[in-house]
Amino acid sequence: MSGNGSLPKSTTCPMPIRDTEEVLLAHGGGGRLMAQLIEEMFVPAFSNQHLDQLHDGAVVDMSGAKLAFATDSYVVQPLFFPGGDIGSLAVNGTVNDLAMCGARPQYLSVGMILEEGLPMETLRRVVESMRDAAMAAGVTLVTGDTKVVDRGKGDGLFINTAGVGLVPEGVVIGARRLSPGDAVVLSGDIGRHGIAIMAEREGLAFETTVRSDCASVAHVVQELLAAGIDVHCMRDLTRGGLASALVEIAEAADRQIDLDESLIPIDPQVQGACEILGLDPCHVANEGCFVAFVPACDARETLRIMRNHTQCTDAVIIGGVSDENRPVVTVKTAIGGTRLLDRLSGEQLPRIC
Amino acid sequence: MKYIDDYRDAARAHEMLAALHRLTTRPWRLMEICGGQTHAIVKFGIDELLPREISLVHGPGCPVCVTPLEMIDRALAIAAHSGVIFCSFGDMLRVPGSTSDLFRVRAQGADVRIVYSPLDALQVARDNPDREVVFFAIGFETTAPANAMAVHVAKTEGLRNFSVLVSQVLVPPALETILSAPTHQIQGVLAAGHVCMVMGMGEYEPLAAKYRVPIVVTGFEPLDILQGIYMCVNQLETGRAQVENQYARTVQQDGNRRAIDLIDEIFSVIPRKWRGIDEIPQSGLGLCAKYADFDAECRFDVCVGPVEEASECISGQVLQGLRKPNECPAFGTSCHPGHPLGATMVSSEGACAAYHRYRPQREYS
Amino acid sequence: MCLAVPGELVEIDDGDCLTLKGRVSFGGVIKEVNLAFVPEARVGDFVTVHVGFAMSVLDTEEAARSLHAFGELDTLP
Repeated sequence: MSGNGSLPKSTTCPMPIRDTEEVLLAHGGGGRLMAQLIEEMFVPAFSNQHLDQLHDGAVVDMSGAKLAFATDSYVVQPLFFPGGDIGSLAVNGTVNDLAMCGARPQYLSVGMILEEGLPMETLRRVVESMRDAAMAAGVTLVTGDTKVVDRGKGDGLFINTAGVGLVPEGVVIGARRLSPGDAVVLSGDIGRHGIAIMAEREGLAFETTVRSDCASVAHVVQELLAAGIDVHCMRDLTRGGLASALVEIAEAADRQIDLDESLIPIDPQVQGACEILGLDPCHVANEGCFVAFVPACDARETLRIMRNHTQCTDAVIIGGVSDENRPVVTVKTAIGGTRLLDRLSGEQLPRIC
Repeated sequence: MKYIDDYRDAARAHEMLAALHRLTTRPWRLMEICGGQTHAIVKFGIDELLPREISLVHGPGCPVCVTPLEMIDRALAIAAHSGVIFCSFGDMLRVPGSTSDLFRVRAQGADVRIVYSPLDALQVARDNPDREVVFFAIGFETTAPANAMAVHVAKTEGLRNFSVLVSQVLVPPALETILSAPTHQIQGVLAAGHVCMVMGMGEYEPLAAKYRVPIVVTGFEPLDILQGIYMCVNQLETGRAQVENQYARTVQQDGNRRAIDLIDEIFSVIPRKWRGIDEIPQSGLGLCAKYADFDAECRFDVCVGPVEEASECISGQVLQGLRKPNECPAFGTSCHPGHPLGATMVSSEGACAAYHRYRPQREYS
Repeated sequence: MCLAVPGELVEIDDGDCLTLKGRVSFGGVIKEVNLAFVPEARVGDFVTVHVGFAMSVLDTEEAARSLHAFGELDTLP
């Protein structure tokens, strides 16, 4: 999202009345309404050169060293789902945000808000999962906080993590570095996390073997940087999916990004679930998938490095940065037509139409 | 996915387009009825690939778009009742009534739940015997059998805490209203494939004959739409006006007899108001007397004031194919998805929303 | 108005005419579907499903014919 304070006049799924007096669930959806909340409520109150970049993490100068600092909160229901749980999400979420800044994630804090009545066994499983995720990601949990709220006030368990890591000298990652001709590299197939979660939710009852892609991407990113790949920008795909991530980057960079839809990898079951619910896979959440913008000359080596990692074996180039400076993402459709990619507006809703 | 990916094949699409370019010698104006078809046309960029002589106008086939403001206000009033669990298809949650919408009503404490199927709403009623469960039964004929089945099962089981707020509409009367308007310029029609999957094709023959327009029952994938357009233009180029079936893998001449019988059992044909078009006689379905117990409008006494649409909104003309979204002075300025003035910008199937969302030629400030 | 998707009927459960149910696979995702409107459907058939109800059994011969027809357009009637 650009820092100039004006919302684009586009381009999303329609949403309810603009000026709301209450917070809506849609404000947390990762799409247009959330962007609006951030732009109109938080940025004006706290505005500074770091925050205004609205990146997933901030890179701040501390006595000459570049420190990346990121935070994430997890409120997912159900707490456990195929491929992960709230604990592994909480660790990997912040780890990935730091990685997206080009940092090597090192230290995490964790804040737990527990609801009275949460079974100890549940908490133990979550904590063990966090331990395992932290070990896999190479980070250390160094401090934390615990609070308990009355029964009925907490949805079981909420977790916040925050983390720091150092950004190597010479590494500058951000939308402003996007250049015409850059390749857009996607690390893997899209939509698995969102579909895995939806399958566990009542009301949408479908059976699938899709597992969340929740994982740390820190090691992949470290290897890219160590190999000297000049990564211009990266974003991990979370709520709002591939579409929201790319539209935000296009707007922040004020640059057109062109995609070829037929190149975007989608698991057949993710496609099946999206078809029956009427969802666009580009709007479905991920948790271990990212896009990287690299110079065209580095694209092949980027793919080679990514594909060596188990969660990135499907890494593929899905498009490129245009020399047009319009803040849009164009998509060449399956039959050769063109359309725009659009940010998710509010909650993702199954539809009958 | 089988029977989906085949109909999105680029090579076949190019062949089809090439044939269409060879076939078309004159300008033709076609209307696709269904919002799902509009969505596919814009999402796959089909209209930009067509010969420039062919222009597509978008019809009223979006039950979300055509649900009257008063009905939405009624839904909101019922949802706000304490003790009510209000169940709805996802599409309806975003649609604003006069002053609010289901999302906001939920934020204010109402129990509003999205369901995938009317059967899910029935289950909510079984699981919550001490609550009143109301299901918002919207849709065209495609959804009518499912909504009818929910009522039928509720009666059979004696599920007393279940009722439906019905806003069902029928396509042929709306199509006739559009084709009988003196200002219409529609020369051919792509009929809604899934409506005909239920109802069959018989209702369209008198329309084709009376108004001398070819009507091609068309599916929803890009190749279906291209083939439907081809068949329609082929008739126009050879001076014919018949009903043809492009979507024969799914649609039969007589539709689904069991579904039609259940619709006839549960519903009767009534006049309905269409947002943007006004009342069309015999154009909707309402619960017949035998099932009046399950009618939420009877069960809940809700008073809804008179409502007015924004004066600049031309969604009625868009829904009838008389104007295109980007011909509206408010399009993209005072009316856009973040601030919709009318139904066609609100619904994700609405023509205005589809245009605003997918068109790459828009100006950006 | 009409999001209806074809899937393969992989199992039919017991039930009377109203509650006849089956399991349909959409690219591997399995959903329980009401079959009351297509009691003639058999395991292995493809059915078109709208809001949890199968509404039509896909005519595979017609499907093959139409796909073939895309390559022979100038011979369409």
